[in-house]
Amino acid sequence: MAKDKLLDFDKAIELYEPVLGFEVHVELNTKTKMFCGCANAFGQGANTNTCPTCLGLPGGLPQVNEKAIESSIRLGLALGCEIAENCRFARKQYFYPDLAKNFQTSQYDEPIAFDGELTLELASGREITVQIERAHMEEDAGKLTHVGGATGRIQGAEYSLVDFNRGGVPLVEIVTKIIEGAEADAPEVGRAYVGAIRDIVRALGVSNARMEEGNIRCDANVSLRPRGSTVLGTRTETKNVNSLRSVERAVRYEIQRQAAILEAGGTITQETRHWHEDTGTTSAGRPKSDADDYRYFPEPDLVPVAPSREWVEELRATLPEPPMARRKRLREAWGFTALEFQDVVNGELLDAVEATVAAGASPADARKWWTGELTRIANARGVAADTLVTPQQVAELSGLIASGELTDRLARQVLEGVIAGEGSPAEVVEKRGLKVVSDDGALIAAIDEALAAQPDVLAKIQDGKVQAAGAVIGAVMKAMKGQADAARVRELILERAGQ
Amino acid sequence: MSEISTDLVRHLASLARIDLSEGELQSLTGELAQIVDSIAKVSEVATPDVPATSHPIPLRNVFRPDEVRPSLTVEQALSGAPEREGDRFKVSAILDEEQ
Repeated sequence: MAKDKLLDFDKAIELYEPVLGFEVHVELNTKTKMFCGCANAFGQGANTNTCPTCLGLPGGLPQVNEKAIESSIRLGLALGCEIAENCRFARKQYFYPDLAKNFQTSQYDEPIAFDGELTLELASGREITVQIERAHMEEDAGKLTHVGGATGRIQGAEYSLVDFNRGGVPLVEIVTKIIEGAEADAPEVGRAYVGAIRDIVRALGVSNARMEEGNIRCDANVSLRPRGSTVLGTRTETKNVNSLRSVERAVRYEIQRQAAILEAGGTITQETRHWHEDTGTTSAGRPKSDADDYRYFPEPDLVPVAPSREWVEELRATLPEPPMARRKRLREAWGFTALEFQDVVNGELLDAVEATVAAGASPADARKWWTGELTRIANARGVAADTLVTPQQVAELSGLIASGELTDRLARQVLEGVIAGEGSPAEVVEKRGLKVVSDDGALIAAIDEALAAQPDVLAKIQDGKVQAAGAVIGAVMKAMKGQADAARVRELILERAGQ
Repeated sequence: MSEISTDLVRHLASLARIDLSEGELQSLTGELAQIVDSIAKVSEVATPDVPATSHPIPLRNVFRPDEVRPSLTVEQALSGAPEREGDRFKVSAILDEEQ
């Protein structure tokens, strides 16, 4: 693949105004699929959750999942949208083996939700409001695995395998209007927008919202407009950018790539682009015209959806506190600095810290565990920190330290045991025998032994050089296999030395 | 007269991934034109006070509760597959990319 020429980002922004647009697909976490009673479940054996309807077999008839409609309406309301009084599903025809029916049941000119807006807060404190054009319901496609070829990618594959478990899972596709005025913040706006959608669907409880499992998938549209021009530039659509960091990188990359082409007097091709996570680059996909011929028509097997205004208002009353307001409230309640709070937010640990505080830990302790030791272990294992332990376990651990039953060091060993599934912190303490040695007799015996072995140290301490006690503390902690409270050991050493 | 032209049928055939010979194109153009003309007669009797509909029965909000029902077994699901590998459907190499 030829390497793209890139223009320096600041230079690109000086010459061009970036114009953005996003399409975000959210997989709903209903128990069943959109149009049939097959389980909506991730990570099960291939083709175990299929039926004639989601396999597109003759005679299969769709039936709309009421919960999916409810979730879509709540999501639409949370995005400040109007909810359609009457809307229909439509068939979007295309031939691709991930859709057995040869059409996707979607919505076309009658989306369930439209005309919303979402305000984002950037790290600088700048706020920017994104207009939402529509949020419509559709079904997900099956999962393809490309076999053969060097990279497992579609290019060069010999054949492909299809698992239809995901086929028919309910999706809401959220489409923004064009976003202007982001300027040099454009990459961050992309990240913040997708992050805000994720926070909202998580707060609503309508999706598992795990980007790494594909619950939220983003297509990023980027075009550049020369300064002084009023005409929109030709856009590209980078598909399936599936992490917040990738959205930011992909937008930045496209701005730099397109600027380099325009600067060299070239033109941008309207096309989809593939995002490559490993290299942080995009490559050309298929040409895309605005008039892609999907031959939409109203789905004749389904009747219209006409949510009553009473139902819509009932659902509006169930909306949670908007995530941005919640963040402001928690930051004040916890008394964190901007930097400390940003650590928690960037680590996606807000829920975990909040639940840990609710379970009795101090905000500072909760933050320390989640953004420190747990994040370190999670990164090393390539998983999310909140999959390792529960907030209750962290709160319990924090309580054991506060009561003096564990030292920080012992607590880290207990944490290992909890992560390994050995039980609650108290159970791990019991099983591994990790309790702090609070028996002064045992500590004094170890101290006397250490002092006897290092007579010069004893002399120094007695001479008033109390920092020399460090060497003895080390020896005692070693003898106690780390299971002693260093502060107590220090006290006892000074006592024994007659200080 | 119908607006079905040979070019339109050729375009539809390519969208539908159907190979048509020149002879088939000609005969299908005629047949499709006849079908479209026949259906167009409906619009002669439809007046503006008849709302467009996509379903013969005037129903709305027909929903299914979100409760899991039994799925097919993997063997049943794959029984119609022309080819399989393990528990998945096997399809020929795809040249185009995903939508």
